[in-house]
Amino acid sequence: MEYILLAISCILINNILLAQFLGNCPFLGTSKKMETAVGMAMAVIFVLVLAGVFTWCVDTYLLKRFDLEFLRTLSFILVIASLVQFVEMFLKKSIPALYSGLGIFLPLITTNCAVMGACLINIKEEYDFMHTLVASFSYAAGFGLALILFAGIRERINLGRVPKPLADTSIGLVTAGMIALSFFAFKGMV
Amino acid sequence: MLSAILSMLGLGMVSSILLGVASRVFYVYEDPRIAEVESLTAGANCGGCGYAGCSAAAAAVVAGEAPPSVCIVGGPESAAAIAAVMGMDPGTAEPRVSENECTGGKRAANKYDYMGVPTCNAVAAMYGGRRQCPTGCLGYGDCIKVCMFGAIEMGKDGYPVVNQDKCVGCGACEAICPKNIIRVKTMSERLFEFNSIDGAHAPCTQTCPAQINIPKYINQIKNGDYEGAVNTIRERNPLLLACGRVCPHPCEDKCRRGVVDEAVSINQLKRFVADYEMNSGRRLPIPCAPSTGKRVAVIGGGPAGLSCAYFLRRVGHDVTIFDDNPELGGMIRYGIPEYRLPKKVLKWETDGILNMGIAHKPNMRLGRDFDLGSLVAAGYDAIFLGIGAWKDYALNIEGNDLDGVYTGISFLTRFAAWQQGVSNDPVPVGRKCVVIGGGNTAIDCVRTLVRLGAEEVSIVYRRTRNEMPANKVEIDAAEEEGVNLKYLFSPNRIIGDDNGRVVGLEVQEMELGEPDESGRRRPVPKEGAVQIMETDMVVLAIGQGPDVSFKEAEKGKRGGELAITKRETIDQVDPRTLQTNIPYVFTAGDAATGASLVVEAIGGGRRAARSIDLYLSGKPVTPPVNDLFKTHIPGSIFESVEGVTKKKRIEMPELDVATRIKSFDEVDQVISEDDAKKEADRCLFCCTTCYNRDDACKI
Repeated sequence: MEYILLAISCILINNILLAQFLGNCPFLGTSKKMETAVGMAMAVIFVLVLAGVFTWCVDTYLLKRFDLEFLRTLSFILVIASLVQFVEMFLKKSIPALYSGLGIFLPLITTNCAVMGACLINIKEEYDFMHTLVASFSYAAGFGLALILFAGIRERINLGRVPKPLADTSIGLVTAGMIALSFFAFKGMV
Repeated sequence: MLSAILSMLGLGMVSSILLGVASRVFYVYEDPRIAEVESLTAGANCGGCGYAGCSAAAAAVVAGEAPPSVCIVGGPESAAAIAAVMGMDPGTAEPRVSENECTGGKRAANKYDYMGVPTCNAVAAMYGGRRQCPTGCLGYGDCIKVCMFGAIEMGKDGYPVVNQDKCVGCGACEAICPKNIIRVKTMSERLFEFNSIDGAHAPCTQTCPAQINIPKYINQIKNGDYEGAVNTIRERNPLLLACGRVCPHPCEDKCRRGVVDEAVSINQLKRFVADYEMNSGRRLPIPCAPSTGKRVAVIGGGPAGLSCAYFLRRVGHDVTIFDDNPELGGMIRYGIPEYRLPKKVLKWETDGILNMGIAHKPNMRLGRDFDLGSLVAAGYDAIFLGIGAWKDYALNIEGNDLDGVYTGISFLTRFAAWQQGVSNDPVPVGRKCVVIGGGNTAIDCVRTLVRLGAEEVSIVYRRTRNEMPANKVEIDAAEEEGVNLKYLFSPNRIIGDDNGRVVGLEVQEMELGEPDESGRRRPVPKEGAVQIMETDMVVLAIGQGPDVSFKEAEKGKRGGELAITKRETIDQVDPRTLQTNIPYVFTAGDAATGASLVVEAIGGGRRAARSIDLYLSGKPVTPPVNDLFKTHIPGSIFESVEGVTKKKRIEMPELDVATRIKSFDEVDQVISEDDAKKEADRCLFCCTTCYNRDDACKI
């Protein structure tokens, strides 16, 4: 029950995109087409779960033990970047089907702040290993949900008559704000 | 501080060692050619090739899944460079070019006023668009916005125009168009496209058996682009010089302008541009697709065979024409008289077709010099049978074997062979000649006899002029040339003298009774009204059918299995595919349909070529989708046409009667350039439902 509540909280209430406003560049960049949005969502789920687990381990067994918490950001960047590179190589050799499915999105996430942000939140909330796992997956799923919803809306916006000064990214940000407002309705649910 | 530095160094070391080991352990060999090939693609990542980006396309090329010509943006240079890297032949890909099929834009009436989003996709969502026309261009230019190469512009008539030089054939415009109007096709796809029931075709194009895009070439004539017009006609009909002269133009019967005043003189315009090309002294190049290495034997060098060979050659197959006669043309060379189609002109046309790289084997007769089995043994992958209808139907009356009795086709061909210097066996011409029959063959016989100096030439036909199957203009011409047309007379018997020479013809007067199954009123004999006509030459021209005597020689062999109908035509599995019961044998023209029009044979030749192409590429031989076959799109034939000012069609210049009956000079002359432009201006440029009203621009 506790895990379910955690998942709902991470997906809907504290949605990483719409409540925390992390990971805005892929949110705006890859949401023009449903197809790319789905690819991106899958890649984020994959990487975020791995990164969450690894950074938790690094934090618990290395940083906390030697009182080096001030190096958290720096070491997480290093760990996530190496991890993504490693995973990419591993997939290319062992699971080529998944590699070609995730395609270009995998290396793109190396610098995704949603991944970094979610890892830091996990530590800040002092989750144990299982909570970290569930939270990481849920944050990523929330990212995917918001991205796919947004892609659907943007495909419709493309057909609409948008005033010139508001076209493209501007209208995207306005819309994102409105979706975020609607997500605020979930506040206080858990 | 020290511990911080040490731990960061440690973390960095661990990561780099891990990655270093991983790069060894998980090393995937990647062909260095992939990077090389990728550098030769356009790098636009446009996706036009069907792969996810240029690197995926490059990988597919190296894996052998894609041809070197995969990059459509890079074009032939890129294909050649990639082929060089891969050590391969550049392959047989043809360039794909976009084309907007709608020439309408603003002329169809509005169903509703639209104030919404100015994109085609948005307006198409509301009842398929605001215009009355269900097939037309919506005119908001989604294709223009989506084209990354600036190849599409809005034309002055409110519909997008493709700049073929800039188009790379990526297919973005085709994907975005909600109406399926802008289409990206290769030449081969264009050549084998048939009118469809949901297409945008003018009534004339729907009616033409060869399916020529008539409004398009008339528009090109109007704009002075005569070469463009020739090319447009050649996409459907390789024999434009011949058709421009002899076609009875069924298209003009359905011309929408004909409802208001007179039909546009479509065939004269065709002849004008065809003659323009011939007289310019320069043959327009006819592009052919790269060779496929497949070989096809075309039996019969008539209109059907020439058309089939022409289209097969254009899509890259190797074609050999086998013909019984010394020269190409078949019935249009040996059946149609010189005064209708000068043989010099026909020769120019057939030479042009042979120049494309088609082999011609003259004096080879099926069943005598070769049979179907020997063609298969010689390595031909498919066979086309276009043997025409060269056998006269016999008239079983007393005296049909007398000296001085001829049959229509044999008279015309024997005379033509003598006239063209092929044989030295002239036909003795009588003083008073009678031709029995009412078809074009009968008319050709009488007009030939007039020119040969017969004193009196008559036609005996058992119905009236209205039921005559011959072309009306031909009947008129025969009448002007002094032929005596005896309607409602049926031959009873031919009377001979003691030496077996014809001296007379007994004819029975008829009257029209109830309509028969063909819809024509059946002639019934009038009691006691029998006449004797004095004559010394009788020509029986009551119809003709295919000569299938080759089946005798093929008994027990491959050709013996060929199915023949009761009418002695070659049977087809489906008249839309023209495949026979032997899968690699196809047929068209008179051999398949019975005696019919030249343009019908040309259309059939193209249809058979399409089926042969499908057969050779290993695809199922099925009819075209939504095929508009011998019918019209519902609602496209109008009872009345409004908003058009009456204007007469231009007259056909022709030789005067006194001159022409003395020689075999061509009777019909070509119209002048001025007249052609004037006549082209009369065209309403119709589509399925819309047409140019005089006040079209105000709508």
